Amino acid sequence: MSETATDRPVLGERIVHKTFPPITRHTLALYCGASGDHNPIHVDIDFARAAGFPDVFSHGMLVMAYLGQALTDAVAPDRIRSFSTRFAAITQLGARLTCEGHVIERIEHGGERRARLALTTKDENGETKLAGEAIIAL
Amino acid sequence: MVDQSAVGRSFTPVTACVEPGRLRFFLNTLGEQNPVYRGAQAARNAGYAAIPVPPTYLFCLEMMDAERPFEFLTDLDIDLARVLHGEQRFTYHAPVVVGDILTFKSRVTGITDKKGGAMTLVVVETAVTNQHGAHIADTARTIVVRNEGAI
Repeated sequence: MSETATDRPVLGERIVHKTFPPITRHTLALYCGASGDHNPIHVDIDFARAAGFPDVFSHGMLVMAYLGQALTDAVAPDRIRSFSTRFAAITQLGARLTCEGHVIERIEHGGERRARLALTTKDENGETKLAGEAIIAL
Repeated sequence: MVDQSAVGRSFTPVTACVEPGRLRFFLNTLGEQNPVYRGAQAARNAGYAAIPVPPTYLFCLEMMDAERPFEFLTDLDIDLARVLHGEQRFTYHAPVVVGDILTFKSRVTGITDKKGGAMTLVVVETAVTNQHGAHIADTARTIVVRNEGAI
């Protein structure tokens, strides 16, 4: 396998970076079926309004799936040891998301060299939607 | 408010198969183009026994094949309209690929009131095993319940 940027990560280096097209109602409907998360709050505006929201909004896990995609563009799936996020704010319709990950620490666990990545997903206004981290094997 | 005595409660185990058609639907929805997910040969060339699943797909498998996907909410008397996802964690012990049959066992590990009772955080942890009995992942979700009277 050829050497990639993640074989010798430099502290502070941004190794994850990807932007995604705007989230549409169609995206939410498809994700509802594809994910098995049928909570109507994400696809039924009547239900969302009755729950006190102005409109439907994205599944948090759709946003995390985009972050996961950005992550595995840079790191092979079997090298990810853990992946976690905090959902900092609701992601609205139309959001254009940018996912980034920086190397913040090099660690060793059970003889395996690893790196800790700080991950964020922000919308087009720079508002943080997800803040998390991943541990990857080097 | 959520009953604190629910800590420790476990739920009906869920068994889910990693089916290629359902996985393709997920990949298409996300616009996923990574070759490792899109072709069995590319996956084998990268060292996988079959096409691997993306990092968040375990969450989907558990919901797709549950008899009652919102069992823990109804059992804890939580209104679906009042929940938000607060945090999510995956810890991976071994790869998951197309054809695997996974079993998810979930239990409540924490219930904490916040902001003077305006919201309650409920933590559910899930152990995931495969058809060989191998413990392949642990997941944890934190659900935020907006209590009555709160926004």
